[in-house]
Amino acid sequence: MQANMLHTQDVNPAVKGSENAASEIVASPTSCQFISFRLGEDEYAIDIMAVREIKGWTDATPLPNQPPHVLGVLNLRGAIVPILDLRSRFGQGLTEATPMHVVIIANVAERTFGILVDAVSDILTVEPEEIKPVPDADRSEGEDYLSGIINADHGMVVVLGLQELFR
Amino acid sequence: MSIDGTSGSDFERFRITFFEECNEILADLEVHLTQLQEGALDNEGLNAVFRAAHSIKAGAGAFGFTDLVNFTHSFEALLDKMRDGEIDQTPQVADLLVRGGDVLAELVSAAQENRNAGPDFGADVLEQVNDLLGNAPKPTDAPASADAQHGEISSGMGNWTIQLTPNVDLFKNATEPLLLIRELRELGALKVNCDRSQLPPLRKLDPELAYFSWAFELESECSRENIEEVFEFVDDTCEIAIERAVSSENDAKSDEAPPQGAEVQPEASLPAKSVAAKEVAPAGKKAKAAAASSIRVELGRIDRLVNTVGELVITQAMLAQELADLTSDVERQPIAGQEQLANLTRELQECVMAIRMQPVKSVFARMPRLVRDLSGKLGKKINLRMSGEHTEVDKTIIEELADPLTHMIRNSIDHGLETPDERVAAGKAEEGTIDLSAAHVGGNIVISISDDGAGINRERVLAIAIDKGIVQPDAHLTDQEIDELIFAPGFSTAEEVTDISGRGVGMDVVRRNIVSLGGRIQIQSQPGHGTRLNMLIPLTLAVLDGMIVAVGNQRYILPITSIVESFRPSPSQMRRLDDWTQVVQIRGEFIRIVRLCDLFNVENATHDPTQGLVVLTEVAGGGKIGITVDELIGQQQIVIKSLNDNFDPVPGISGATILGNGKVALILDIEQLAGMKGTVPLPQERGDAKEVDAPVAIVAAE
Repeated sequence: MQANMLHTQDVNPAVKGSENAASEIVASPTSCQFISFRLGEDEYAIDIMAVREIKGWTDATPLPNQPPHVLGVLNLRGAIVPILDLRSRFGQGLTEATPMHVVIIANVAERTFGILVDAVSDILTVEPEEIKPVPDADRSEGEDYLSGIINADHGMVVVLGLQELFR
Repeated sequence: MSIDGTSGSDFERFRITFFEECNEILADLEVHLTQLQEGALDNEGLNAVFRAAHSIKAGAGAFGFTDLVNFTHSFEALLDKMRDGEIDQTPQVADLLVRGGDVLAELVSAAQENRNAGPDFGADVLEQVNDLLGNAPKPTDAPASADAQHGEISSGMGNWTIQLTPNVDLFKNATEPLLLIRELRELGALKVNCDRSQLPPLRKLDPELAYFSWAFELESECSRENIEEVFEFVDDTCEIAIERAVSSENDAKSDEAPPQGAEVQPEASLPAKSVAAKEVAPAGKKAKAAAASSIRVELGRIDRLVNTVGELVITQAMLAQELADLTSDVERQPIAGQEQLANLTRELQECVMAIRMQPVKSVFARMPRLVRDLSGKLGKKINLRMSGEHTEVDKTIIEELADPLTHMIRNSIDHGLETPDERVAAGKAEEGTIDLSAAHVGGNIVISISDDGAGINRERVLAIAIDKGIVQPDAHLTDQEIDELIFAPGFSTAEEVTDISGRGVGMDVVRRNIVSLGGRIQIQSQPGHGTRLNMLIPLTLAVLDGMIVAVGNQRYILPITSIVESFRPSPSQMRRLDDWTQVVQIRGEFIRIVRLCDLFNVENATHDPTQGLVVLTEVAGGGKIGITVDELIGQQQIVIKSLNDNFDPVPGISGATILGNGKVALILDIEQLAGMKGTVPLPQERGDAKEVDAPVAIVAAE
């Protein structure tokens, strides 16, 4: 909701907005919005358009013989939705999920799935040019899920490509 | 949202509906024409055929499919003459009608696919039809036969008086009387009297209602049917009375006209309308009446309804469970209502499921034709007997049944049944018999196809299977196992590819189709006496009778239909074959054990089958496996949810469902489980110990 309000504010004083773009956090028609969340000490973000809802953790039904980061499936109002552990996907071991943990239900490439994270922190509105490319590193095949870095007030936020992450 | 766009899509929708209707009509037509060929068609049946042709013509006219209209017109005329007894139901006529039915079907599909069937398509049939109609006026005048019904012969100038009284709702059907009047005028000299007596005062006038009625005097040599055609599409929204005023009685008729006009008054009342209309077009009216009793609904809407009711059932079960957990007397109060809710929910679910149910007739109806065509091509004499056509099954399943059924019948005819000579030599009747039946058995529909042919040639089947590498040359197979080889991928007994079978689509595809419907297929063959194929298919794809089993702290669902029995094996019944394989012996059979706890890596599960249970299940491809579980929780109707909408297929799992507590439970895929190997070797200690004190029967068996 707040994100929408930011957006509408911007539409009217278009000229003024562009003058002060550097100093004010105002959405422009080209700006992007992200949901940011914490995983341990680190903060990550995903495209807000992919997010369907955010809910608390409940026990999932395990799926047999899947990679460890596949925690199982949940009943999301009648739909069977797989839940994936992001920490485990990053190779840091399984999250010991508690009811305090958060599941972000996302919709990517016509599939709905949930990712388990520690906590959701913010909605970020940024201009495309504020998303800096990830420095080249020796990443292997299938590891190109880091799609950018945002330098937010409180620190760096890594933007994730969900489609690449759970391909 | 332009107006054009909307009307375009509406048009497309009507078009789709028309073709859906056509296909149903054609299936029906097929049944009646088959009866006709057997000489068993009564008047009612003939009327039905006529109505079928008439409905197609009406729709085709509206959409401007001229080929179709022209053909149906003659077809209809021929049928009309048969109804009147002017043309007898001879085998030649019957044959012509059957061929006409084919042409009709082809023209419909041509129209549907927006292609041209070819200028000469169906011309030979049309010509014969017209020949038959011959002595009657030219084909284009054929409809004049309707006049004969009324004892009127159209000769010379005639006068017609026509009374047209629209329903007040006429405009809501997008009908414009002016167009009808113009059309009438094209038939001859027209005198129009408009009756405005029903027009209300201006302040009460609703511009969307039709208040006028008309009395026409038409001077034309046209036939009654020509006039009826003008009103063809409004005969259910208007009251139409067509009267002949023969020239010689001209005066008398015109005297009679006013009383007719007087009819205008009571016309708004329904009974009067239907009586009058019936007199005019009995056949058309009947078809309309039948149509009014059902509505056509897009399948997707019903799917949503079924899903929502599925959710309701689950929610109701959840509530029931939570209520049952409450013990205080105060909280018990709502339980009476809860029971009623449970009953209503169940009833609602049944009703919703029933919406999707249709008789298998629509698929069965295509089979006589197939048999007839093939028997001609292959020079075999075949008697097809069908039973249980009215057995109902889910619409989606019906659609999926057509291909497997066609294929199996084709196989029975091509491979199963012998030629008349061979049959006589084998001491059988010259004519082979194929029985096609459908019946409800428990929560399933069983469709059987049996023939009294030669049965499966096991030697040849085995030889081919070995040749193709499906079976090892030194394998020892039971007769049943050999029979089931015909379901093996890549298997085909046809020595050469004919246009009847062996098109590369084998029984393996048939089986895959059936399995994908959640069904199973069994084969029984007796050399020299024939083959029987049984298809066991759930009534609906959305609901399954499931057994909930516990493995550790997990719950899984086993389809009830595949469960044979469950038992706790004694240690002497168990035998390890190697590090991976364990069998259980029951009644002399050795059955491989699938250890769910190890296969799925379930925590806290009982690893020793002699402490838990073995559920003996039948595998669709034949054979059995024993699945180890901790305990059986209970049987329940479950709503099947797809796992693959949001996730890749999981081996051993065919889907999921939601249990009463809102938790997801996985549905086991028996066929896949049968082919899966455990992820961890069998535990050493116990199994070995038992082997020692039970020097088991398997040794003796070998």
